[in-house]
Amino acid sequence: MSALLSIDNVTRAFGGLRAVDGASFDVAPGEVLGLIGPNGAGKTTLINVITGVHPATSGKVVFDGRDITRMKSHQIAKMGLSRTFQIVQPFPKMTVLENVAAGALFGGQAANIADASAAAMEQLRFTGLAQVAHNPALSLTLAQRKRLEFAKGLAMKPRILMLDEVNAGLNSTEVEEALTMIRKVAESGVSIILIEHLLKVVLSVSNRIVVLHHGKLIAEGAPQAVLRDPAVVEAYLGAKYAARYGGVA
Amino acid sequence: MKNWLILVAGTAVLALLPLSGDNYLLRLATIAAMYVVLAQSWNFIGGLAGYPSFATAGFFGLGAYTSAILMSMGVPLLISWAAAGLSAVLLSAFIGGAILHLRGHYFAIASLVTVEVLREVVNTTPDLTGGGMGLNLPIMRMSVAEHAMFFYYSMLALACACMACAIVVHKSKLGFGLRCIQQNEDAANILGINTYFYKTAGFAFSAVFAGIAGAIYASWVHYIEPPDVFDILLSVKPLVMVLLGGLGTIFGPVIGAFMLLALEEVVWRNFLTLHAAALGVVIVALVLFMPNGLLSVTREKFGFRAKKGSPEVKP
Amino acid sequence: MIYFQVLANGLILGGLYACVAVGFSLVWGVLNVINILHGTFVVLGAYIAYFGYVHLGIHPFLSIFIAGGLLYGIGYVIQAGLVNRVVAAPVLITLTLTFGLDLILNNSMIVAFSADYRQVNLANPLPALMLGPVFLPGDRVAAMILAFLLTALLWRVLRDSRIGRAIVAVRMDREAASLMGVDVGRINAVTFGIGALMAGAAGALLSIIYPISPITAPIYLGKAFIVCVIGGLGSVPGAMIGGLALGIVESFGAYWFGPEHALTLSFLLLLVLLFVRPGGILGKKGYE
Repeated sequence: MSALLSIDNVTRAFGGLRAVDGASFDVAPGEVLGLIGPNGAGKTTLINVITGVHPATSGKVVFDGRDITRMKSHQIAKMGLSRTFQIVQPFPKMTVLENVAAGALFGGQAANIADASAAAMEQLRFTGLAQVAHNPALSLTLAQRKRLEFAKGLAMKPRILMLDEVNAGLNSTEVEEALTMIRKVAESGVSIILIEHLLKVVLSVSNRIVVLHHGKLIAEGAPQAVLRDPAVVEAYLGAKYAARYGGVA
Repeated sequence: MKNWLILVAGTAVLALLPLSGDNYLLRLATIAAMYVVLAQSWNFIGGLAGYPSFATAGFFGLGAYTSAILMSMGVPLLISWAAAGLSAVLLSAFIGGAILHLRGHYFAIASLVTVEVLREVVNTTPDLTGGGMGLNLPIMRMSVAEHAMFFYYSMLALACACMACAIVVHKSKLGFGLRCIQQNEDAANILGINTYFYKTAGFAFSAVFAGIAGAIYASWVHYIEPPDVFDILLSVKPLVMVLLGGLGTIFGPVIGAFMLLALEEVVWRNFLTLHAAALGVVIVALVLFMPNGLLSVTREKFGFRAKKGSPEVKP
Repeated sequence: MIYFQVLANGLILGGLYACVAVGFSLVWGVLNVINILHGTFVVLGAYIAYFGYVHLGIHPFLSIFIAGGLLYGIGYVIQAGLVNRVVAAPVLITLTLTFGLDLILNNSMIVAFSADYRQVNLANPLPALMLGPVFLPGDRVAAMILAFLLTALLWRVLRDSRIGRAIVAVRMDREAASLMGVDVGRINAVTFGIGALMAGAAGALLSIIYPISPITAPIYLGKAFIVCVIGGLGSVPGAMIGGLALGIVESFGAYWFGPEHALTLSFLLLLVLLFVRPGGILGKKGYE
């Protein structure tokens, strides 16, 4: 099965620092790919390169057969790649509904504002925000804002949705709810790239995992196998721990 | 809808003004209409998109000179006026390409400098523009009363067209997109909004009506010179009007225009030599105490909110 | 050969422009406020020097201290009382506020002093120097040297004094500085005061070269902009380089295209620079 998204030896350098260093991996349609790595590994930078926020210093990004490496963010969005931000960025003066409708209208190809609003309501129902639809976006709790980002991303009718630390700051119940929604979305055929810190979360929902460390891809494969990989353990917990305890149980 | 009703009713009432026979009032009203055009024009780029443009005077002056030069070559009035609007749009496209990627202060300065450069260009090309000596426009064969009425209705029609355009844009995808850009340009990009295109459109809208207003003004006063039509106050006053009335609203610019004109009349009668300083005091007071304008103050006080249950997106 | 003269003229002017602009640049860099009053401050400094000379016989070079001191006070009060309320607000607000304040000050000056051009005609001008083929008017060279010394002094203060370090800290990161115990409000007022001081001092120096009138204020403001865009914000070396660059460009531009086009050329340069490198040749990229 040919890959939907193909990252080919992508490097992103800021001056002398290589935030992403020769990363290569594929994403298949409908799969949930976990993107993990310690802090500062370059995960968000990689997403920024894919979505055109930063240009790649070298390498290629191919989506659905088309080279999107040099494309602008809005074009990439319209092609079917959407992402959420780690630090949630709603439109502050708009309501929850308007925020999601923006996603439907501009990314999701809704015909007009009325259609976009209807599509937005659907996503709000799916993410459990329907009752706060007309509240100002800034009045939401953190968990609700994360779901707002999620709903916005979905409203863009993406083929790949990139979720950047969507569970950070949530309690375990909220995380469970988020995971249920993520599974449902993946079942509908949308690929998901999940950037995550919480290993338990990534284990429970990913089909595959790739691990980034100092910008380099150090492991790739099925979740359990990757988490036992000594290189991965060393990256997270240090060489001493890896030497003493081997892989994660 | 409510907005269209207000516009039509307002215009109908104002159209009856010449019946009063008061030429001074008519003159004031013509200026009021011009102020509405300038304020609403600025609102497209400054209020909706959030890009603080100081280029309004540049569009106005370019429109004035384009029309004046064309008319001195024999081109009919209405075509000259239309060409003025077109020239302003072309300028906005040209300048916009250079400066719309700048943010905040740099965009503001760049737009301001554009006005200065235009004025100096006109000053130093006397063969075409009359330079510092100014340019005379052909006199129109009309009685004083007819003259006053003709230009009043012209300016009123322009103001009406500008308002109609504003109502359409504010409710449209373009308006929505500009609002997104104003609130979070990075998020807007990621969402699929072609921000460059949208900003250029907003800038063009801010240019076209200002350009035609300049053309009408030139024909009205029969004589223009660079410091007159490229006056930086023509860039600042529309901004102040919109701040007064409410940034990014549809009727805020209208309210602000009338308020500023009223203030100016009061000040002119009482503080002739210090009227610029008095305007300065108004501006300072406005910025310090009412930065969101009158309309938002009344909104907060009287609680205009979207009705619950309606899936409509409210501007 | 004539090019040396043109260059010399450019350097003399450039040194003065640097002094005019450095205060403006500092205020912009530290408070993130574009101070439209700056040009009017320069002119006010020039008037103080003019009246000091005409009525009290004080040489304009000495008036640097008087003008500087008075303007420091004016600037401090304006900032602490008014501008500080909107320092965190968007461009639109801060720019409009300083514009309104400038209308008040400038118009008041026109009413008080009239818009007629005044000129300081020194009774005992310094003799001119001849450096090879280059003619250097004594007073202008002296003014440029004083401007340079003043700017250098500011640089020393920023680098070595406690208040200077605090100002630089606020410029780099307002929040962090505040968390470190810096009274940002006071620093804002001091910086604005210093900006006004430099403007006033520059005005006093310029009073012997250019005619004085409130309507020339926008020209000085425009030059300050250009220097900032060339040299970057809040940086004294940047202002020096920017000032010299502007002086040279203007001088050669006036020579090749005629002095009446010098202003337009400077502004076109500004537009080109904004398009290509908004952060200035030395500065950060596209800083808002």
